[in-house]
Formats: sequence, structure tokens, C-alpha cells
Amino acid sequence: MSAIPLTPQPGATAPPPAAAPGARAERGEARRARRWYTQPALMIGIGIMAVILAMIIAAPLITPYNPNAQNLNATLLGPSAHHLLGTDQLGRDTWTRLLYGTRLDLRIAFIAVLFPFTIGMILGSVAGYFGGWVDTVIMRVVDVVIAFPFYVLLIALVFVLGPGERSIYIAITLVGWVSYARIIRGEILVAKRQDYILAAQSGGLGSVRIMRRHLLPNVITQAIIYSMSDIVQDIVAIVTLGYFGLGVPPPTADLGSMINDGQNFLSTHWQLTTIPGLAVVLVGLGLSLIGDGLADLLRPGQA
Amino acid sequence: MTAAGAAPAGTVLEVRDLHVRITSRQGTVRAVDGVSFDVSAGEALGLVGESGSGKSMTLRAVLGVLPAEARVTSGEILLDGVNLVTRPQSELNRIRGTKMSMIFQEPMSALNPVMRVGWQIAEGPQVRLGFSRARAAERALELMRRVGIPDPERRFRAYPHEFSGGMRQRVMIAIALSCDPEVILCDEPTTALDVTIQDQILRLLARLCRESGASLVFVTHDLPVVAQICQRVAVMYGAQLVESGAVADVLLNPWHPYTRGLVRSAPDFDYVRESLVPIPGAPPSLVNPPPGCRFHPRCEFVEEDCRVSETPLRLLPGGRATACLHYERCLDAAAADRAQA
Repeated sequence: MSAIPLTPQPGATAPPPAAAPGARAERGEARRARRWYTQPALMIGIGIMAVILAMIIAAPLITPYNPNAQNLNATLLGPSAHHLLGTDQLGRDTWTRLLYGTRLDLRIAFIAVLFPFTIGMILGSVAGYFGGWVDTVIMRVVDVVIAFPFYVLLIALVFVLGPGERSIYIAITLVGWVSYARIIRGEILVAKRQDYILAAQSGGLGSVRIMRRHLLPNVITQAIIYSMSDIVQDIVAIVTLGYFGLGVPPPTADLGSMINDGQNFLSTHWQLTTIPGLAVVLVGLGLSLIGDGLADLLRPGQA
Repeated sequence: MTAAGAAPAGTVLEVRDLHVRITSRQGTVRAVDGVSFDVSAGEALGLVGESGSGKSMTLRAVLGVLPAEARVTSGEILLDGVNLVTRPQSELNRIRGTKMSMIFQEPMSALNPVMRVGWQIAEGPQVRLGFSRARAAERALELMRRVGIPDPERRFRAYPHEFSGGMRQRVMIAIALSCDPEVILCDEPTTALDVTIQDQILRLLARLCRESGASLVFVTHDLPVVAQICQRVAVMYGAQLVESGAVADVLLNPWHPYTRGLVRSAPDFDYVRESLVPIPGAPPSLVNPPPGCRFHPRCEFVEEDCRVSETPLRLLPGGRATACLHYERCLDAAAADRAQA
């Protein structure tokens, strides 16, 4: 969880971080004191993402071009009124491809984060709640997966499965679930010792219901916070795969393949590589700020 | 080893020679060592003892929610004649909550912090009695009214942290009553509350049990609370029962030096002394309990045979039982205490 630094909030009316961990009422106060709109990081992040999402959703309205339509009479043009960011070596409008590429990568990233989230949550809950050999087996598998560097394993898996959207989902799920499983398991190990779980057990509720209704709602916050930084990681991974030609096959616009395509013209047309790169940075920044803001917002009440 | 001989008619819960062992790094802890008692319908039994005497572990064994390291090694727990120790988990789940329920010491931690209290009360009827959502909610509202939560319609949607300690314990009581159990197990339910609220909650609990005919097993170390709510009391020491009988008899005429020690170290009794008298020494280790009577190292009436012979609970006239080999001496001492006061 060290991936999400708790950024200081200069402008916010932040209560002292030492808000008594035992006092619920005080936490309630603390929570009211830091409404979401008092978090500058969160506000900026939401602002960035709102603009990006609005643009990519409205892409067909913003730009008249088809992202894949070639115009060999107008290749490698500079920025102009017709082509806001110019065109690439096949005469495709860069602004259009940027919008559609971001749209595709964001969509894949958002979907890709759901599978490891769900699977990691279920396996982590089972491991944490039941313990014993179930826990040992699941956590040894987690250790094995974690032992591989993220990108090495991801690229190897996509390489084996073949390029394409489906391979990306499978690879990210196989590599990514372990973090969620670890987080949820750790939280459940603590939560299951609480009296309200004992109370639920003595009320004769089944294990599945106890996990779903009593444990998960109490521990899921940490996984949600992590998923925000995980999406950023996934976007970078998707772009990387695209750059290596392991992403969505051409001619479909994708930020990674755009960076790769532009590389041949780096000395003469640097914008072809730089602009999609900046788009990745901007998306990553927006989502990271939201993740940080959410962490600050949710943690004091859920510590 | 039985507390009251053959179970009288109307017995709801019977515990027979219950042994619970906990495996720990220091060795096997005999957390409950041959405890027997029974509870008849509508009766309130107090289970008294100091910390670590095995009272809570006894309750958890009865409910079947022992911690992972602990297990019942022998004995029977009979609820309506059905031995719970040998039943599979699925059947235990059905029995728990519908026939038995539990009220915990710390109402804040025993309520789910992110679930609305109304639904926490409604969950039992919904899951275990198969009520529809609407009917379960209706049931929860009715229970909230019965336990005296003001404005239940509004409070239904509140979270536990919005309630005061006393109100939370009322919610716990509502949850415990939600499936009309035959036995309610209470683990020091009023210890975390201040005294005025404690009194309200005890009165409420006693009234609701009277109305619904539920029996109570009331674990506490607080003798005045036992005197207020229970008809019978069983005293635990070193994982064993050392004395049992009617509350007034046991507290006024203790037949075991440990009970006498407890009474003398608690305020608020009719024959109060000049000052409270603590029991010297510390509770016995449950890994290597002392031979003979477990209380003998701390007992002022100790004799040679106390150090060697086993001291099973012996049934005596008047529905009483004691494990003390020389309880007459204790009786004399209690009489002397009274004469002094």
C-alpha cells in the first residue's frame, strides 16, 4: 500500500491526523470536516478526468475524421486549422487518433481492473476468513506471482496468449489479482477478530453471508483506494504493450502504438511521439490525484 | 459431577461434564474442566468468576463459536435434549440464532459499524426464519419499540456510531430477541455501561425474558448484578464449578471459601464489612493446575486432604452444591462475618 503516498493537504481544513482511533463520534466529526470538495488533490484529479472523459466520450462530435481513415495526400502535416495536431505518416489526423486511442486505453484499463479486483477480493476473503490450509495454498500462489516482476510476467503472458484486448484482460487479471488478495486478506485477518463477526457467527449466519454482508463492507475501502493506483498502472501497462506491438492490433488507434509509430519520425516530427506520451501522463496524473484524494478522504474514518 | 442431579422437567439447556482445551505455545490450557449446569425454562442462571476462570469460554462452547485454537474435548451440551457437540455445522447454524442467542460485553464492537442497525436486527429473522425483507424490517421496528429505542422509524436507518452506549446495548438485546430464542447467553452485558444505564438495561433484560419466557445464562464478575437478575448462581474458579445454588443462599451463606472471598471483596451486600477483603494470591495456571482443590493455595481453611484429593462438586440439600471438602468451616466463617457486621 506504499504506492499511495498520503499527500499533505495545505489548503484543506484537515483535522489533526491523531484523531483518536477509538472514538467513533470524533471520527464522524473528522469525516464531516473533510468533505470531498475540501480536498484540492481530489478536486484537481476529478477536474482533469472529467475533461478527458467528456472529450473521449464526445469524440465523434469533437472531430470530423475517422481515426483510421488514411489520406496519403496529407501525410506528416504540422498543426493547422484542419488538423489541430497535424497528421501522421499515413495522413491520419493525430488529434482524432489521440481521442480514440485514449478512449480505447481507458476503457480497457477500467474493465481490466474489475477482474483482478473481483477475483482478488474473493480469494483474499476466503484465505483471510477460513485461514488454515486454504490460506496457505492461496497465499503461496500469491507469493509465486508476486515473485515475478509485474511487466515481465505481463508481457510474457500477452506474448503467449497473442496480442489483442482479450489477452490484455487475461494477463492483467492473472498478474493483478494478487495485490487485491493480499490487501483484502490482511484487512479480513483484523476484521474477523472483531466482536461483530463473533456476533454474526453466534447468530447462526453462514460463512458466505458473513463474508459478504459483514466483512467485505468493512474492508473494501482499502481495495478501492488501491484500485485507483492500479488503474494507473494498468494504463501504463496497456500503453507499454501497445508500444511493443502486443496491444490492440493496428490500425486501431492506441496510445502505445501511436508512440511507436511516431518514433521513426522523432527527429523531424517529434509531436507524433510526444503528444500521446503527454496524454498518458495527464490521464495517469488525474487518476493518481483521485486515488490520493480518496485515500485521504476514506482513511480517517476507516482506519 | 452434576450441579443439580438429574435434569428437572422443563430443562432447556444442559451442560454435562464439559471440557474445553486450548492449544497454545505454553502447552494445553484446560479452559473449561468438567463444568456441568442446567438451565430450566424462564430461569436466569448467573455464571460468576474472575477473569480467566473459563466463564466466557463456557459460553462460547455452548454457542459453538470457540476460537480456532480451542475445542471441546469431551462432554455434552444438550439444548432441548439435542447434543450440540456432535451436530454438524449446518444444523448448529440453524439452532444458533433461533434457539439461542448471545449478548456481548462491548456493544460498540459487537455491532457492524457499516450496517444500518435496523437491518442488523432484521438479519436474523430474514436469514434464519425466512421472513421477507419487508416483514423482517417490520419485526425489527417492533423489537426496537420493545427494547425502548425512541423514534424507531428514524433510528432504523442509523449506524451504530450514532447511538449511545445504552442504546447500542438495547440494539444488541433486540438482535438477541429477534428470533424468539429459548436461551439468551449474556457475556457481561452491562460491564461497559455506567451504573444508571446498567440498571435500566438489566431491568429491561429481566422484563423481556419474563415476557418471552426465555432463559438467561448471565456471565459476569459483578455479584450485585447477579443478585439483581438471577435466580440461581454457579461460581467458577480455575475452569471448574466450585459452588452452585439459589442466589440468595449462595451469596449470603457461601459454602465455598472462594465464593466467600468473592462476596467479601464486593461492595453492596446486606452484611457489609468495615472494609473490602481481597482474596490473596493469584488465580491458578490452567496449564498446570494445582493438584487437589484448585483453590487450596489461596484458601485460609486449607487442610492436608485439600492438597491431594480431587474435589468434585457435591450435591447438598436445598438444591445446592459445593466442591469444598470442608464447607462447614466456611459456613462458620460466614456466620462470624455477619456477627461482626
